[in-house]
Amino acid sequence: MNKQNKIVNHIKSYAVTYLFIALSIFFIVVSGLDLNYVASQLLLRLNRNAFIVLALIIPIVAGMGINFSITIGAMAAQIGLLLTISWGVTGLPGILLAGAITLPLASLFGFLIGKLLNKMKGQETIGSLILGYFANGAYQLLFLFIFGTFIPLSDKVTIVGASGVQNTLNLTGSVGLYKALDGILQIPFSMIAYIIAGVVAVLSVVLFVRKKLTTQKLVLAIVGAALVVCVLQIPFVSGLFSGAGGRQMIRVPVVTWLLIACLCVFNTLIMRTRLGQKFRAVGQSQTVANAAGINVDKTRVIAIVISTVLAGWGQIVFMQSDGIGTFQTYAAHEQVGLYAGAAILVGGASIDRATNLQALVGTFLFHSLFITAQSAASNLFGDSAVGEYFRAFLSYGVIAIALVIYAWRGAKKTKTGGLDLTKVEKN
Amino acid sequence: MSAEYILEMNSITKEYGSNAVLKDVTLRIRPGEIHALLGENGAGKSTLMNVLFGMPVIHSTGGFKGQVFLNGEPVRILSPMDAMEKGIGMVHQEFMLIPGFSITDNIKLNREITKPWPISKILGKDLEFLDRRSMSKDARHALDSVGMGIDEYALVSGLPVGHMQFIEIAREIDKTGVKLLVFDEPTAVLTESEASQLLNVMKEIASKGIAIIFITHRLDEVMNAADNITILRDGRLVKTLAKSETTAEQLAALMIGRGDDSVIQVEKRKDAPSENIAMTIRNLWVNMPGEVCRGINLDVYEGEILGIGGLAGQGKIGIPNGVMGLYEAIGDVELFGKPLPLNNTASALKSGLAFVSEDRRGVGLLLDQSIEDNIVFSAMQVHGSYLKGPLHQKDSKKIRKTAEELIQQLDIRCTSPAQATGTLSGGNQQKVCVARALMLNPKFLFVSEPTRGIDIGAKQLVLETLVRLGREQHMTIVMVSSELQELRSICDRIAIIAEGKVASILRPEDSDAAFGLAMSGAQLKGGEAE
Repeated sequence: MNKQNKIVNHIKSYAVTYLFIALSIFFIVVSGLDLNYVASQLLLRLNRNAFIVLALIIPIVAGMGINFSITIGAMAAQIGLLLTISWGVTGLPGILLAGAITLPLASLFGFLIGKLLNKMKGQETIGSLILGYFANGAYQLLFLFIFGTFIPLSDKVTIVGASGVQNTLNLTGSVGLYKALDGILQIPFSMIAYIIAGVVAVLSVVLFVRKKLTTQKLVLAIVGAALVVCVLQIPFVSGLFSGAGGRQMIRVPVVTWLLIACLCVFNTLIMRTRLGQKFRAVGQSQTVANAAGINVDKTRVIAIVISTVLAGWGQIVFMQSDGIGTFQTYAAHEQVGLYAGAAILVGGASIDRATNLQALVGTFLFHSLFITAQSAASNLFGDSAVGEYFRAFLSYGVIAIALVIYAWRGAKKTKTGGLDLTKVEKN
Repeated sequence: MSAEYILEMNSITKEYGSNAVLKDVTLRIRPGEIHALLGENGAGKSTLMNVLFGMPVIHSTGGFKGQVFLNGEPVRILSPMDAMEKGIGMVHQEFMLIPGFSITDNIKLNREITKPWPISKILGKDLEFLDRRSMSKDARHALDSVGMGIDEYALVSGLPVGHMQFIEIAREIDKTGVKLLVFDEPTAVLTESEASQLLNVMKEIASKGIAIIFITHRLDEVMNAADNITILRDGRLVKTLAKSETTAEQLAALMIGRGDDSVIQVEKRKDAPSENIAMTIRNLWVNMPGEVCRGINLDVYEGEILGIGGLAGQGKIGIPNGVMGLYEAIGDVELFGKPLPLNNTASALKSGLAFVSEDRRGVGLLLDQSIEDNIVFSAMQVHGSYLKGPLHQKDSKKIRKTAEELIQQLDIRCTSPAQATGTLSGGNQQKVCVARALMLNPKFLFVSEPTRGIDIGAKQLVLETLVRLGREQHMTIVMVSSELQELRSICDRIAIIAEGKVASILRPEDSDAAFGLAMSGAQLKGGEAE
């Protein structure tokens, strides 16, 4: 009975996630795309987008909703990239320089955003969304006029004979920023799987010996690792990832994955510190946190600063990996907040709760639909444009649903705050 | 080092503008004593505590006069944090707990025990890791000392309400160096057995040398637990007594205080003016936050003025709001023998009820609209009067004429009927509210806190108007008020509400002690009235 309730509750709170799992499977089948292609695209997109999505977690925990103003962090990163290209720094040093420029810029922007959001408590999600649009205007002004006019840039990036930055910048070739992280070390997927399985197995045994793990969990971890290894022996599965039969060999950019892993660890560890405790306390009740002497406003500003900086770095990870290595100067940041917000919600996060796993699962599911939507639509309706609309519909729809569910739950909560009249016995 | 008193607040005076809310109040607490602080709403208890805790509301309104001594040394308490550091703790009436946190995390909130590591040494203490094992150990210890056997890892959200109070106390005790604890109405939400456990815990804490200020209105608990009692009334110190030399009756009488100065003189009627019942209320439950009714039974006779009194938060305001359908309610209400559907304001108005709300500026008035529009608004909406033509336009001429009549009748001071009600004084706004209710030609009028926030002259006028309506037009009036003196000057009978129920129905000339005891809910167990 109790267990049944638990399952029902689980399905209820993850309804959106299960819907997306079903949709993804349906789309993959209908699209008729080769699974090898889908898998390679998925890994690529996970690799590109996960970092930004993970940057959303801290503000959610701190009760500030989905921080759509990560768009502004992305803008900071693009300023960093622009300067890097202009100064002609290439390769890994170029990426590091862009990251270093992003840090103070995004911190400053985050600080200002945080200050502003503190003035509009309860409306952070919408506030940050509008703020992102507003900042876009300032960004256009900066790139069209101020850069090149007041801030000298090299001829490589400015429009010849006019002010402003070129519409499209190239990251490949002599600029040398394309795949500067991804390209450092690439290992076939199956090998990575073996390595992870091995590490998990060894680590769980070590933890078990040091009595930090229950027997049950040890068995679970080892069985899981063994299962991964076994599944990879099945020709069908290994065929998905190997280059056999004219297919593409799927390789994993190890450094980028390590960065994503580091961010997951960071998110986990910070929640175990005094600061993390403050985030959680402020997120759950500002009144109580304030009464306990926590500086609520400061804590919220810190959450937004961290999120903005992380989003900026995430944008660098995205840009060096994206597409064919072009930097759409005036548009690259536009959908960052929207897609990341939708992705984390698809993973089962809500306006006030989010975990690393939800962020990763959400990115995976959201992009599996993205990859397949076009082909599926052209197979179903004979028109690939429908798929394009469907993408926009999905992202906005998911966010709208999350906001409605949140408001609905809030209304329910305030209602039960007084007296539950349904429980009064009439005599 | 050890002074006779752990806390001395000498001659505290606090004024908000020209309005003195505390006048020369002195409070002295010995180590290890339980000192009850009694008084009606508005007697100055919370202001006194705000002074003690250095709340921003005190400092931002010009501070206070008088001196505070802790342990015999003069101190200035600048903020609640400062008070905490000086060893003064507060057990809140609304629980200051985070539901999604474990008991340990709540007890240790913002006082976490942490372990440093290299990075935290550079970037500050905020990045130190929590030492959950030590935190749990402390929490366990604190829970044991308040007699709670529950698991310190449990989440607060799943706990019964009663337990939360004890967690609050455990948190205060866990703070090192706490010398004085303030309990603000701690038993309000507890069951009887929990309340008696709480009193035992309080006694135990006191026996360890921690002084307790016990704010409550339950006199039986005061007589059970307190060593000394200080009574405030209208911002003044009435008396400080030892428990051994007083009785609950005396305390109740001191709390209420016989005001010789009735607000207005009204000739008292001997009997209820009629045998006929105008309204019967049976088992009415109202979900009005902060003013919950829990099973009200009440009869109102035709033509009488029935007063409803009681302390704030006990549910007296919930009655008219529930009957009028402004808040969710269940129960049986009959009006002149016909059942009245609840949760339906329109039908309540149509059946001849009218309501002057306590929330004048919120529910009562359209502040940007003119006086005349406000006066006819309800009548227009409910009865469709003052409309003309096929498109139901406003009949401006007729409205103006009616408004002018009422302005004269009720002596509303204004420049013209077209003046916006938002610019009127409180008393005149109240009169506009009354005028609007009268426009409905009600047979039965609810008036809630009619004199709140208006000056004495306007008060008299409003009260006189009510009496005139009752006596001359034979309207049945139910008046809810926190001002007992007002109720006693104009009502025929007064129902006192305590803990969401009718504690007792009294006559205006009954003794102060009877009113005081009824307000403290002491007679609740003796059986409900009627």
